Amino acid sequence: MTQLIWNGIFVGAFYALVALGYSMVYGIIKLLNFAHGDIYMVGAFAGFAMIGLLGSVSAAATLPVLLVVLVAAMLLSGAGGLLLERVAYRPLRGSPRLSVLITAVGASFALEYGMRLVAGPNPRVYGLRLEGSSVELLGARVSMQQVALVVVAVALMIALQYLVMRTRTGRAMRAIAEDSTASLLMGINVNAVISRTFFIGSALAGAAGVMAGAYYGKIDFLMGFVIGLKAFTAAVIGGIGNIKGAMLGGLTLGLLESLGTGWLGGQWRDVFAFGFLIVFLVVRPTGILGERVTERV
Amino acid sequence: MAAGLHSWAGRRLGWLALVAALLAPFVNASPYTLSVLTSAALFAMLAVGLNIVVGYCGLLDLGYAAFFAIGAYTSGVLSTRFDWPLLATVPVVVAASVLAGIIIGGPTLRLRSDYLAIVTLGFGEIIRITANNLSLTGGPSGIYGIPGPSVFGLDLGSPVALYFTVVVVLALAVVAAGRLGRSRIGRAWRFVREDEDAAEAVGVHTYKVKLAAYIAGAIWGGLAGVLFGAQLSAISPQSFTFLQSALVLMAVVLGGMGSNPGVIVGAVVISVLPEVLRGAADYRFFVFGVLLIAMMIFRPQGIWPHRVREVVDRDDEPFAVPPVDSAPASEVPR
Repeated sequence: MTQLIWNGIFVGAFYALVALGYSMVYGIIKLLNFAHGDIYMVGAFAGFAMIGLLGSVSAAATLPVLLVVLVAAMLLSGAGGLLLERVAYRPLRGSPRLSVLITAVGASFALEYGMRLVAGPNPRVYGLRLEGSSVELLGARVSMQQVALVVVAVALMIALQYLVMRTRTGRAMRAIAEDSTASLLMGINVNAVISRTFFIGSALAGAAGVMAGAYYGKIDFLMGFVIGLKAFTAAVIGGIGNIKGAMLGGLTLGLLESLGTGWLGGQWRDVFAFGFLIVFLVVRPTGILGERVTERV
Repeated sequence: MAAGLHSWAGRRLGWLALVAALLAPFVNASPYTLSVLTSAALFAMLAVGLNIVVGYCGLLDLGYAAFFAIGAYTSGVLSTRFDWPLLATVPVVVAASVLAGIIIGGPTLRLRSDYLAIVTLGFGEIIRITANNLSLTGGPSGIYGIPGPSVFGLDLGSPVALYFTVVVVLALAVVAAGRLGRSRIGRAWRFVREDEDAAEAVGVHTYKVKLAAYIAGAIWGGLAGVLFGAQLSAISPQSFTFLQSALVLMAVVLGGMGSNPGVIVGAVVISVLPEVLRGAADYRFFVFGVLLIAMMIFRPQGIWPHRVREVVDRDDEPFAVPPVDSAPASEVPR
């Protein structure tokens, strides 16, 4: 039982990191960035390429090297998100929702199969794996690498919370989420702030991608599809557009999945998650932390 | 008068297309050609069905393959495990499709369009994973030995006969979809697509209207599933992935949302092009993705757009793109 809860928290931390990007973008421009899960995949491959450049690493230096790779991959996937917004989404700002959604599906395809062209269809093995002893904690087996990854995830989330609540960029983001036209009139460079939002969200997804690669040891070009769906589910559970909600939703989904897998068996895990999404949307569409918003069309 | 002219030309084109489709096996009837043609016709049937949901009513369904799967599996299970003739499974398939449409549409159609898109995607995955894990559906290896259709003792299972059957069913499906689109409910669908709030305000029951579009799309998809099982005589969960849903959507977008001739052209392009470009197989889905983005940016109305358009007044959206392919003044209802 404790083991299931710990696994749930661990997986939930991944979901939360990816969900944050979904939630930020949705909160600001009401765009469901369908390709967000694929940015996570791009991050994982960027990390893979970095490790290839670095060559072999001694076992003692694994953690510092992983952090360097993490930062580099975050920059690369952030840049990817920036490019995506500029090329695919900005030309369509203000067009019907349906067109933008279809564009996002196209972007998802282009990223997945573009990566397939670059990196090939076969799964790649991550050269960098965290070794470490595992400790017994309240009857659960917890490996040091799991602890390290959760710590990194939490640190990133705290940094994001600080950025959104305490900095000028964060204030501009919140202003645009409230009313983008008024923000424009008040002298905020709306396009620049939206670009920054995409960069930050994509960088967080890229970080999650590298962490997943380091933990599971294997990556492939379709890995972002299911994670993207799960992250969206997490964002909805927490209340989409709400940063704390995305974290809470990620953890909730991770725990639910872990417990559900324990009871029903692993093959039903995704059915459990998506079924939960549907039930949640019907019962409480605004999520755990979301407040009732008046429909703005 | 102009509208009459268009519809007359459209009808003549429809007949021409049907005759061309029926004559095709007399030009080349190799098993390979027949299988490509049958697949293209089935794909067109799916596209016409999804067009009701996406094109007419403006609801983005990213899990359309689920209804395709429900049709194929329902008729597959009944015909192989209970020895029903294929034709007898059709009413059950229709009932199952309607039920599935209500189950997924009922609770979710109150949601906004983008939530609906992702929920349908989740639904598609649920159906596929369920088919993959149940023993009734044969698990990952699926169902095999599905018989071909037969009508009153006449066997339609041979490749040529099956092709003609599919073409005839497709023709009926196109005519039915076109008539639905011109009927009272079809006008309500387009109204909901253009402006849901305004439709609600003048008394259109938007929830019922959207559910009707959903159910119609489900029936078209389910029937295509029956024929799909009959064509391949075997089905497995791999045929009903998100990729399949996305390809059908691609056909609808490429051809022109809301336009039946358009989506058929789109479907034929999407299903035949890969056969022509065998060598470029690796680039195929990448090109599809880029093409979707480019279409939405440069030509959102598709190759062959719907001709008659309602007046679009979008003063409240300062950045809105002007309505494309504006209709001649004589067609504007006053």
